[in-house]
Amino acid sequence: MRYFLLSIFLSLLISGCSSVNTSAGILIPNKIVKEGDVALEVHDFESLKPLFDNPEDKVIKVINFWATWCAPCVEELPVFEKLNTNYKDNGVEVTLVSLDFPGQLVSRVIPFIQKQKLKSKILFLDDPYGNKWIPQVSEDWSGAIPATVIITQDSYKFFEKSFSYRDLALEIEELLEE
Amino acid sequence: MKTLKILFLLTVALVAAAAVIFGMRDYKSGYEVGDIATDFSLKNVSGNQVSLSQFNDAKGFILVFMCNTCPFSIANEERILALDKKYKSVGFPVIGINPNNPVVSPGDSFEAMQQRAKEKNFTFPYLFDEGQQVYPQYGATKTPHVFILKKENDLVVKYIGAIDNSVRDSETVTEKYVENAINSLLSDEDIKTTTTKAIGCSIKE
Repeated sequence: MRYFLLSIFLSLLISGCSSVNTSAGILIPNKIVKEGDVALEVHDFESLKPLFDNPEDKVIKVINFWATWCAPCVEELPVFEKLNTNYKDNGVEVTLVSLDFPGQLVSRVIPFIQKQKLKSKILFLDDPYGNKWIPQVSEDWSGAIPATVIITQDSYKFFEKSFSYRDLALEIEELLEE
Repeated sequence: MKTLKILFLLTVALVAAAAVIFGMRDYKSGYEVGDIATDFSLKNVSGNQVSLSQFNDAKGFILVFMCNTCPFSIANEERILALDKKYKSVGFPVIGINPNNPVVSPGDSFEAMQQRAKEKNFTFPYLFDEGQQVYPQYGATKTPHVFILKKENDLVVKYIGAIDNSVRDSETVTEKYVENAINSLLSDEDIKTTTTKAIGCSIKE
């Protein structure tokens, strides 16, 4: 009987967690900036933190740090857009975290999103204290962008580099096979 | 049969060479706090070659990897100028080094550096890491990236990281890492925070 109750408790716990953790959609932003058809969630690292939790089910989180002023970041955005389109049905959730200047959110970031017609989930990280939050993303991160994190139920991989579509898809295919 | 054997040996040699090359790429080079830094000779925007050994009166250096094009580096220019103003006279001058490859980042050419230095009235040497030999040795990965060196018997790395705790916006700074570190060095105290992290633009190779 004890085990029966325990298993019910555990299954409730697991299902409860999975509904909370599966998607970036449940993150609670500090504010939302709306401009035309774009509603951009603004976070500090505290509110963004759950994004870096291991998902409870078979989701692969792909989180890319970028900025409109970062040339290699802008160059690789189509890679993440393509991954988002091609692997959505395989449980891949792409999130693009913008590190632009907060003062340029309306003048630069949102127009960029509209012009490039970006489809992936985009969040804005407004947290000046990098020395506090960068090591929480990865101890291996020097702070240079572009940088990417790939998280599954039981793995957490960090990359301080630019991806080609082929290399990124290979990473995902490997994780899907596991 | 002999040709086969030679072919086999060649293949082995090639595979070994490839392994070494790829291994080297993954190897993290660069200094840590406490390491001995090597001097260099790089071209300044004035046209002269500059080495750290030329600064006889200096107690050390605030070495800043910076560039013309990275907005985070630009957002720190005033702060870099202020550091030079405050600490050059007490023996810790700023030395700026642009590590970017101008073929990949044309806005970081030597001519563009000269122009930038003139426009912003840089009071410190702004050196060009031509051929990109110096930044990998130091282990700089981004702009801006600060290395504080102190002259002991050799040049010793004392601090690696950001100028302060808010690279994007000087208004929200609550901790001035470089100033604190230099002040500690000047009063012979231990530096409280010796390495820090901040967002920056990756160096263009």
